[in-house]
Amino acid sequence: MKTKNLTLHVWRQDGPDAKGAFETYTAENVNEHMSFLEMLDDLNEKLIIEGKEPIAFDHDCREGICGSCNIVVNGYAHGPQERTTVCQLHMRHVFALGWSEIWLEPWRAAAFPVIKDLVVDRGALDRIIQSGGYISIRTGSARDANETPIPKPISDRAFDAATCIGCGACVAACPNASASLFTAAKVSHLGMLPQGQTERFDRVRKMVAQMDAEGFGSCTNHGECEKACPKGISIDFIAQMNRDFVKAMVTSKHDVEAPNDAE
Amino acid sequence: MQRALTLYNTTIGKKAVMAASGFILLGFTVGHLSGNLKAFAGPTEYNEYARWLRTVPALLWGARIALLFAVLAHIGSAFQLWKRNKDARPSRYQKNVSVATDYAAKTMYFSGPILLFYILFHLAHLTFGGMLFGEGAMFGIEGYAWEVSNPYNNMVRGFQHWPVVIPYVLGVVALGVHLFHGIWSMFQSLGANHPKYNHLRRDLAIGLAALLTLGNLSFPIAVMAGYLEPTNLTFHFPELM
Repeated sequence: MKTKNLTLHVWRQDGPDAKGAFETYTAENVNEHMSFLEMLDDLNEKLIIEGKEPIAFDHDCREGICGSCNIVVNGYAHGPQERTTVCQLHMRHVFALGWSEIWLEPWRAAAFPVIKDLVVDRGALDRIIQSGGYISIRTGSARDANETPIPKPISDRAFDAATCIGCGACVAACPNASASLFTAAKVSHLGMLPQGQTERFDRVRKMVAQMDAEGFGSCTNHGECEKACPKGISIDFIAQMNRDFVKAMVTSKHDVEAPNDAE
Repeated sequence: MQRALTLYNTTIGKKAVMAASGFILLGFTVGHLSGNLKAFAGPTEYNEYARWLRTVPALLWGARIALLFAVLAHIGSAFQLWKRNKDARPSRYQKNVSVATDYAAKTMYFSGPILLFYILFHLAHLTFGGMLFGEGAMFGIEGYAWEVSNPYNNMVRGFQHWPVVIPYVLGVVALGVHLFHGIWSMFQSLGANHPKYNHLRRDLAIGLAALLTLGNLSFPIAVMAGYLEPTNLTFHFPELM
């Protein structure tokens, strides 16, 4: 079993308005079978014993589906392994790259204020969902399979978009801190299915208005988000959102509700 | 509370304006190159074409105004988005790795301004009649005689001088790089995508960017290689005065 000592430069910040800075730590005897978060747990135990403030980082499921563990690892959102969240990144993957010095930073975006250290407030994404990312008509209880016919390619595509876990890696990796991929995924997975059709064009207007109100940047079609996305959601959905949005703005006869206040 | 959201006030709307104005400007560059390729058909063809462009002033000025409007819309939306995108990430990453983007996409904010300066230079050079380089003008080049009725000679003689060739080559290369990202990006911003044809968007961007770059570079190359030479024919076109 391989073990290694790692030098970690960790972003420490006391709160949203505090000034942050990097601090350097040594993670000793890191086991190759540890997950990245277990490596941080181990370091935190050491810090607690030494009477120091442990490093705050977000986590929940630790199985790659909750979207909480948000760390930019050496310049890669969620670390260097494609389609992998930080909790599912294991130290053997890191060792394989030959890294002995690692920089850990929070998602950096005006719309994601730092709560503490590596933990950011992703409430902006929740408010985008609240603005229209749901179906407000009653669709009844669970139906029989295939009662509502949906072509297989459409249901597959809708499901591809629906795999978004809302982690915000797209925002973190985007050169403009744009939430286009997140919003596009949420707009598209509902907009492609029959239950979502009724509100399709109002939904895209409301969600884009909220996205803009939160202070995210615009999409400049670099494609970084697609590569950073732990679910590999395609930027084709951004084009789909753009098309629906322009169509909605040009043809819609009524106004939609104003965005919720960004916090 | 109801609120009217105009398209342009949204980030997606600004990108749509950017794409639509870019499409107009792309159309112009294609037409501009195809017209200029008449240089290879001979001085008479070339100059007749230049004269013909100015025979219907309403069309000429209509096109000029449309292009000016497209340029202003393109730059205006670019500037507003640049400002917004800068504010969207107030603290920068210490380490930042690009895994998907390319050189052209990353340098749009450089190739754009280079193109703007190049276009102003190009207009001052050829449209406003030797304002810059014609003998006796501000940066007059000795031996670069300006002939109002002979655009062919003005073009060919210009490319015999480095102060004309260097900015031209830089401008043409910036155009190619800008279009490599711009053409692909245009489809994405306007939502023109379909799984069956998506791969063609990049192919078209590469093809058109290469065509425009190489096509425009063919003029200085042909002149410096001696293939295109100044003509001794004389022309008298009052339309070009």
